Amino acid sequence: MNRCPEIADKMMPLDEAVRRFIFNGCQLAIGGFTVNRNPMAAAYEIIRQGIKDIHLVCHSNGQALDILIGAGCVKRLEIAYSGTGRFAPTCIRFKKAVEQGGLEFEDYSNYQMALRFLAGALGIPFIPTKSGLGSDLVKYEGFPSEVRKEEKVANMKYALVGNPFSSEKDEVLLLPALTPDVTILHAQYVGEDGTVQINGLTFADLEQAKAADTVIITCEEIVPRSFIRLDPDKNSLPSFFIDAIVKVPYGAHPTACFKFYDYDPGHLKLYRKMAEDDNLFREYLDEWVYGIPSHEAYLSKVGTETLLKIKANPATGYAQGLDRK
Amino acid sequence: MIRYSDNEMMAIAAGRLVNDGDIVFAGTGVAMLAATVAKRIYAPQAVIFFETGGIDPSLEEIPMAVGDSRVMSGTSLNSGLIEAFSTVGHRKLHTIAFLGAAQVDRYGNLNTTSIGDYHKPGKRFSGSGGACDAAALASGIIIFMQHEKRRFVEKLDYLTSVGWYEGGNSRQELGLRRGGALAVVTNLGVLRFHKETKEMYLSEFFPGASVKQVVENTGFPVDVSGAKEALPPLPEELKVLREEVDPQRLICQSDMNASPG
Repeated sequence: MNRCPEIADKMMPLDEAVRRFIFNGCQLAIGGFTVNRNPMAAAYEIIRQGIKDIHLVCHSNGQALDILIGAGCVKRLEIAYSGTGRFAPTCIRFKKAVEQGGLEFEDYSNYQMALRFLAGALGIPFIPTKSGLGSDLVKYEGFPSEVRKEEKVANMKYALVGNPFSSEKDEVLLLPALTPDVTILHAQYVGEDGTVQINGLTFADLEQAKAADTVIITCEEIVPRSFIRLDPDKNSLPSFFIDAIVKVPYGAHPTACFKFYDYDPGHLKLYRKMAEDDNLFREYLDEWVYGIPSHEAYLSKVGTETLLKIKANPATGYAQGLDRK
Repeated sequence: MIRYSDNEMMAIAAGRLVNDGDIVFAGTGVAMLAATVAKRIYAPQAVIFFETGGIDPSLEEIPMAVGDSRVMSGTSLNSGLIEAFSTVGHRKLHTIAFLGAAQVDRYGNLNTTSIGDYHKPGKRFSGSGGACDAAALASGIIIFMQHEKRRFVEKLDYLTSVGWYEGGNSRQELGLRRGGALAVVTNLGVLRFHKETKEMYLSEFFPGASVKQVVENTGFPVDVSGAKEALPPLPEELKVLREEVDPQRLICQSDMNASPG
């Protein structure tokens, strides 16, 4: 029955992966960037299971971040950017949550967040950078002092120090390392040996995975060992970092997955329209998340016509000529 | 006379500022058009890259976000954020970053975070993304703005990205080794920064716009004494922009996206 004995203990359905590894109050990092490779199927399952009080740590996550916030799963957020490009220059539910005061949030920059994950991956407590000197990122702490005492929250946002190796004045900012409880990535391929292969840009996915206690990979395809070992230069993460492997074709929809499918402009526009209004947004969640019994049912609802329209041309990696207006 | 949109004029004016051989960090929207026009007309040796890690993509179609799969296609190299920012700040490269913002001040500092109290803002935007990083690390930034009084402000509600900071040598004194704001390209013209004081001044106004309009729409005093009228878009520039860079007219005819990265 089991085609992949090497990863039998890691392969599981999506609902089981979320039930086993995601918990109320966990610190969570999600892979992808704005409209690309967001682990959407996993985000929908987190919402369906009613996980609460998530401490989300992000660089520029777009769609998954917005729906997790909109569905009330997120209590605390560290973030560099929230937007989905032309579809929502600022993510709608994020914007509402911040303006209405329903979210604990703290701003960093993309490079800073990537460095914080790198520090976590390297096992060092902090990492210096020049980026941010003089900015209000440094001037304003987002979290109140009582939050600073909580687990997985640094006791200050930044520290400004002089370069100890120079006799001249040379200041840098120290950034606290991040070690999320869980990181979820959506990848193109996982080999039968558990090796993960991400095609296209990797964003900060690899640092996010190596920094985390637990890693869940959702993927388009499980591929034979012979395929994944054919060109190891293409591979992204070895098996021993990975705790759960879930095959979810189109698991990043409505965001893109390079070489498999493009983003879905129609759906992102629909989302934007419905997210603007609280009642319509509840309807969106009912229709596209709570009321969906299985991933197959979700794809049926998206429809063959749309799935064909967004299918990527394998030569370019995206859907050429896709109507994106 | 050829008709053209504000976005087309802005993209072409900004494109003219790119030097051959520059390594250009592009955002989306007009910034992407500007970078692509520059490469196809003035600066064939320029290399366009994105904060997400894509270097020199073919850009046969306009990306809608810096995470778009179109920035990964036909590249010389696909990598990630850490590699991209090590390029932005690399000491041996001359890197130019195109950034947009909700607010700019007279020293070219930018706000893309929020209006009002940071903790409970009247209006929240996307946040820094890579803008703070590019502004800190690149050899220079070129800023895109709609020219409105509420956007050209005496004091930013939030300083997300450092331009010339408080003017003079203050940027270097912060510990930032290079960089600073080179120009602001708006729907009315091109503004630059005084060599010593680092204060913004009007360098060129666009055909159809006036010095008076610039003064009225700038929320701080701006020196306009040396301003000249800019060259309108040339037929060759518009042809490249319309036929090669944005044939689907995704950006040329739409409103500017004031968001960064």
